[in-house]
Order: sequence, then C-alpha cells, then structure tokens
Amino acid sequence: MATGTEPHLNSGGVRNGTRAAITAPHLRTDRWWLAPAATAAGLLAFVVYSTWRAFSNSHYYAAPYVSPFYSPCLAENCVPMRNGPNWEIFGSWWGLSPALLVLIFPLGFRLTCYYYRKAYYRGFWASPPACAVAEPHKKYSGETRFPLIFQNIHRYFFYAAVPVAGILTYDTVLAFRNEDYEWGHMGLGTLVFLVNIVLIWAYTASCHSCRHIVGGKLKHFSKHPVRYRAWQLVGRLNARHMQLAWASLVSVALADFYVYLVASGVFDDPTFF
Amino acid sequence: MSSYEARFKVWRGDVGGGGLKDFGVEVNDGEVVLDIIHRLQATQAPDLAVRWNCKAGKCGSCSAEINGRPRLLCMTRMSVFTREETITVTPLRAFPVIRDLVTDVGFNYTKAREVPAFVPPDKLAAGEYRMTQEDVDRSQEFRKCIECFLCQDTCHVVRDHEENKTAFAGPRFLMRVAELDMHPLDAADESGLDRKKTAQDEHGLGYCNITKCCTEVCPEGIKITDNALIPLKERAVDRKYDPLVWLGSKIGRRSSGG
Repeated sequence: MATGTEPHLNSGGVRNGTRAAITAPHLRTDRWWLAPAATAAGLLAFVVYSTWRAFSNSHYYAAPYVSPFYSPCLAENCVPMRNGPNWEIFGSWWGLSPALLVLIFPLGFRLTCYYYRKAYYRGFWASPPACAVAEPHKKYSGETRFPLIFQNIHRYFFYAAVPVAGILTYDTVLAFRNEDYEWGHMGLGTLVFLVNIVLIWAYTASCHSCRHIVGGKLKHFSKHPVRYRAWQLVGRLNARHMQLAWASLVSVALADFYVYLVASGVFDDPTFF
Repeated sequence: MSSYEARFKVWRGDVGGGGLKDFGVEVNDGEVVLDIIHRLQATQAPDLAVRWNCKAGKCGSCSAEINGRPRLLCMTRMSVFTREETITVTPLRAFPVIRDLVTDVGFNYTKAREVPAFVPPDKLAAGEYRMTQEDVDRSQEFRKCIECFLCQDTCHVVRDHEENKTAFAGPRFLMRVAELDMHPLDAADESGLDRKKTAQDEHGLGYCNITKCCTEVCPEGIKITDNALIPLKERAVDRKYDPLVWLGSKIGRRSSGG
C-alpha cells in the first residue's frame, strides 16, 4: 500500500517541496553509523591521551628514548638529554609543558589533513554523517568562510611537518644507544621508534599537498620526468593515506606510551644487544 | 536456475505527492534490480516510470536510490541482497521528481554549461594536436564519467541544502574543471581564463569538504575526490593562499603550471 501521499512541506534538503515525498531523512538499511562512530571514538581516545601526556610534563625521557610528544624540547625546563633534542630557544620564561611548543605543528598538520577533515566532518560534525544520510544542519557554507577557510593552509603545516619528522628520525638514530649512551645497542624501544618513524614518514610523504608539490601541479609530466616519477611514487602512498594516518597516529601514541612506561619505572627496556 | 519472490518497496508518485508502494515480485538467478523493475512494469505496474537505456552501466540513465544508496539500477545485482530483505527503490533525492523513479536532472546541464569549454591552443590546427600518454592520463580518468549524476545526488552540499545549488557546481563539474586545467593543450591561461581561480570563485570549490561520498558512489570507480577535487583545491591554494607561489609567479621565477 502507498504511504506518505502528501507532498512535502518545503522544509529543505531531501524534504524540499519538489523532491520525492519521503519523510525519512534516509533509507539506508546498512550499519552506516558504525564507521563515523568508530572514527569519532578513535580520534577522541587519541585527543584524551595526547592532552593528558602533553600537559603532564613528566616521564617523557628515559635514556636513550625521548617521547615524540616532547621532541624537540624547546624550553629551558626540559629534562637534559645527552646529544638529544634540547634546543632551549624559548629560554626560561616558558613555564608550561614544553610539549605544547612542538605539538602545534603535527596537530595542525593532522587537523588540516584532507583525510582527517573527512573523518571529523563525518564523525563529529555529521556533515554528512554518512553518504546519503541527511545532515542535521540547516545551513552549510563548507570551507568558504572563517574559520574553515583556513583549511587551505595545510601545505604550510606540511612544510613544518617535514623538519619535525626529521627530528624524530634523529631521535630514532639516538635510540641505537644504551642507557649509558654507548652506541651500537638496540632495545625494544628502538624497534618501537623505528616502526613509528617509518609510519610518520610514510604518512607525511603520502600527504595530498606533498603529492601536489612534487608533481601534481604540473601540466606536462613529459617535460619533468623526475618529478613525474616522484608524483607516481607519492601517488601510490597517497592511495593509502587513510591507513597511514591511523597507523602513524597509533604508533606515535604507542612510542610515547612506551617511553612513559620505561621512564615511570613500570618496566625496564628489554635490550636485544 | 532458482527463483524466489522478493519484497520490494518502490516509490510512486509525482511532485504533487506519492509514497512507497509494496510489491512481491519474482527474482531469478543473475538478475539485476532493473530487471525486477521491468518485471514489475510487465506484470503489476505498467505505468511505472523509469529512465533506462543501455542496461550495461554505460549510459548513466537508470540512476536511483536502492535501500537509500545512490546506485545504477542496471549494475546492482539482486545477489547482493538476502532473500528475506525488503528492497526499497526511490528516485534520486537531490533532484525534483517528475514521476515515479524519474527525476529532473536539469540542474546538472545548467552547471555543465557554466564550465568554459576547452580552449584550443594557438598555432595548432585540428589534426595537429600531439600529446604524450603521461600528460593525458589524469584527464582520461575523468573522461570515464558516464554522467549518471550519482555523485551530484549524494553530495550533501546540494542534497541537504537546496540553496547551495546556485553557487556550487557539484563534484561532476568541478572534476570537469580539473580535467581541463590538467589538459596539456588547454590554453585557458593564455586566453586570460584562470580555471584554478574560477573553480573557487564561480564553481564553489570551497563548499566541498572532501567527505568523499562522490567517490564512494561512482560506478566508474573514478577517484573524484583524491584525483580531481583535492588537486583542484591545491591548485586554488597556489593561486589564492600561497604567497610564495604568488610572488614567484609575479617575478617570473616559478611558473604556476609547467
């Protein structure tokens, strides 16, 4: 039998007066809510964890490992790290956690990342919650106005993310020492740092801005064969950008948590050699 | 060959009103949803309106929404549903309905006309165009589009906000802008037409919040968001938000395209 035979009141969106008279905001029968809910839960868990660690200002160094949240350490109130990333350019006036000085760059990089934008627009802002599921907002201006027009500065955060990844690479090299700072050693932490830095670089290099800069902006690939190859390489990574975004998010949190556990004396770093 | 009776709900009506009508209909192995709609026409609802042509996923005519998801009727196999499932078929919900499963997709033709055409290069006559394959690979991906308008239908910018239809061209036509901007012989720049800038100023690129529904529904598997919309956004950033690129282009040290 037919149902809902009255035309819509002109209430906008899929219930606009000229569109098919269907009252339900969507007719999807699959579990469309699962992906945005899982995304929101995962991102929320990271935000809670990283906020706690960034403000805690403790247990971020256990020789030879420094937490990626606190590297480089740019204030005088940092724990001294032998040959480590202690660059006191902010001097003694900075009294808060030194992590806050650094995290702004990777945070900005991820916040403006094209994948994370999709993730939080769907997961937190329901804009839209899922494809063909009506969003709850009455108006929508996208990224045309303040503040979301600032999403366009993603490439500047990419430029900043490269040296940050370089410093984390340096930290990983330093992790090939033992707790007495002697070279040629490796522990479980070194392995954790190695996996983390590979994922950090893969995520950074797979960035859409990176893909554009290395070659995507060109009109004639045939005139720039080296950049064309680079673009193809970044393109292959870019196809895995979402997976790399999550993997590197988890790995950076795990690397920090590992340092926290060792620094707080929960267990000693198992050494391989 | 096995067959069973499936339960269908098909939207019937017009702009004056309508609703979902229940049907029980025979389904045989290997059939697609369009086959079932045709069987309904043949056996139970001879005046059921549906737009279709090729039955091969190439004409883009039979776009509709099946269980709330924008899909081609002819490319949706019945085997993806369980036999117990009730299958709901409605017209595209982003466009005005004409009758039953047929909608007025004129919005898309209006937007198509707003995109300036390919600008032929000077000094080259027809037949003298030469391009290398790597230079046209990107544009060729976008040329696979069959204009089914599923991406336009699912895009929340216009689906959920009718008022944005004036300012926003939609993913299909932003992809057209990207296709032309990446075309190795398009001479728009030389003629004073900056496609990167007009993408944002005249076709509403900034409305896109890259939530990728257009890519999810594309029956041709075109990576609309990653290969067209985001690169176009990056090209717009070159023009409008990157002072280094702007300065470089002004003093002639860096070209914008290459």
